[in-house]
Amino acid sequence: MERRDSAMSKTQVHFHPDGQEALVELLFQLADDDFLLAYRGSEWLGLAPHIEEDIAFSSISQDTMGHAAMYYQLLEDLGCGSADELAHARPAAARRNAVLLERVNGPGHYLREPRYDWAFTVVRQYFYTQAKRIRLESLTKRVYTPLAEVAAKIQVELHYHLLHWHTWFVQLTNAPGEARTRMTKAIQDVAADFAGVLTLGAKGADMVRWGLIDDEKVLTERTIAALAPAFAEVGLDWPMPFGMKHGNGRNGEHTPDLDEALATLSEVYRAVPHAVW
Amino acid sequence: MAAMMTFTRLSDEEKYERFMQRIEAGEKIEADDWMPDEYRTALIKLIAMHAVSEIMGALPEKEWVPKAPSLRRKLGIMAKVQDEMGHGQLLLRVAEDLMAPLGKTREDILEDLLNERLKFHNVFHMAAPTWADAGLIGWLVDGAAIMTQTNMLDASYGPYARALKRICAEEVFHAQHGESIILALAEGTKEQKEMLQEALNRWWEALLMFFGPPTADTTGTSKQDITIKYRIRTKTNEQLRQDFFTKYVPRIWALGLKIPDETMHFDKEKGQWIYRQPDWERFKEIIRNNGPKSQERLELRRTAYKQNAWVREALGAVRTAG
Ligand SMILES: [Fe+2]
Ligand SMILES: [Fe+2]
Repeated sequence: MERRDSAMSKTQVHFHPDGQEALVELLFQLADDDFLLAYRGSEWLGLAPHIEEDIAFSSISQDTMGHAAMYYQLLEDLGCGSADELAHARPAAARRNAVLLERVNGPGHYLREPRYDWAFTVVRQYFYTQAKRIRLESLTKRVYTPLAEVAAKIQVELHYHLLHWHTWFVQLTNAPGEARTRMTKAIQDVAADFAGVLTLGAKGADMVRWGLIDDEKVLTERTIAALAPAFAEVGLDWPMPFGMKHGNGRNGEHTPDLDEALATLSEVYRAVPHAVW
Repeated sequence: MAAMMTFTRLSDEEKYERFMQRIEAGEKIEADDWMPDEYRTALIKLIAMHAVSEIMGALPEKEWVPKAPSLRRKLGIMAKVQDEMGHGQLLLRVAEDLMAPLGKTREDILEDLLNERLKFHNVFHMAAPTWADAGLIGWLVDGAAIMTQTNMLDASYGPYARALKRICAEEVFHAQHGESIILALAEGTKEQKEMLQEALNRWWEALLMFFGPPTADTTGTSKQDITIKYRIRTKTNEQLRQDFFTKYVPRIWALGLKIPDETMHFDKEKGQWIYRQPDWERFKEIIRNNGPKSQERLELRRTAYKQNAWVREALGAVRTAG
């Protein structure tokens, strides 16, 4: 393992005070991204195309929720509040996740008439997992040791996630008829918001300056390079440019989908104030 | 080989006699072994019902997965519900092997469920309106399931006995997961304690029903005689219910909860628990898919089935092409 920046030590939970703001911002992006996507994944439980997929998808969503929990824990260690509070009690405007990850799985509700869109889910998961892998690779090599260590742990699980979604992506897009039409539409839909996943937001330059992560331009190039072979496999044109159609979540811009998600995921948490569950 | 040749020449009565000797000697029957039709039919019914009950059983808790009140609870209940789907999958495979000579597959089982030709367990027709219900399901429904499944761990049908072994090992974790939720509520605020008591009130009758009617004449449909004859299970419904009381009634009381049956007590002379019978007419209605949540939960699966039709079609096309 390469030598870490001398500003850090293994047990240290305080970053350089001037860089702390950028670090906290980055951790919120990482935590909220995984938390919201794991939540959307958990809504699929019992509704996936077949029972094997239900089990595999659930396992991926658990991993992803576990990743969020590790990031929230890092924030707790930095004195930002308890991990549960950070996950459950922050209002939409304080959330830093990409809008793509908060968007609903489709029309309906997870308990009533869930007319969920498997194509959108596959494409969102596949694109996001690629971006996440690139981001993690960058994080493991950076200066804040507690984060680099968490990133290395997460990386191990990501290999399987990527394989899983890549298989679905290629299989469905290469299937004739309705499947290809739906997948093509889903790719357009995901691409329209994918820039929101790739950006590091208004404090991105500070994150780079403090050696926390690579520049978002570099990360974007690497993500595109990672996704390109799959597009060759399915014989589709590259869906550029990526957009932020529904806003930049990194800067606190969100959709009503997030309000609905937060209301549901914190319903019990908020029901009895100060209770232990 | 010679033994095989001789066996095929035996009359059906002789085969049956040998079969009974084997199971009475504690031997395991495997999927490809000869078995009487009655045995095969009883197993298919039992295992298919068990499989779809696991799958439908994921739904009441599924309601609480996105809402679980902490990161730890969210992870715990996700893992638990995933296990239940895994049990469903494992059991579908066991049922499929038994159905193969009849030319049927798991698709038939799942379609029978959606078309209401195949029943699922009474408890999973009930509402789970609070977080306490989610905890109670883990603690007491899984606790009850451990009892009925342990009762079949030595089933004469080997593949089922082996599946149950794996399932029971996981059920123990489920019961601990449920108990941990219950303990937090029992030690919690006034609201949390009330939430817990109300959940127990709601689930008590369903828990009694879980073990099935005491005798065939209660509902006219008890399968327990056949399953005991073929050494699929050992204890009767009533023995299991009594075991459940012995294990859980003292624990429920110890948590300061009230069982919604003032006649409930242990009769030392008779050596058994005295309790009020649940309404077995209601039980019959519930398992006919007329329970409080039967149709809503079936509808959820039907919607998903319809919604994903294009995915199944695409996978089918890929398979044929390959
Ligand atoms: Fe189970
Ligand atoms: Fe269970």
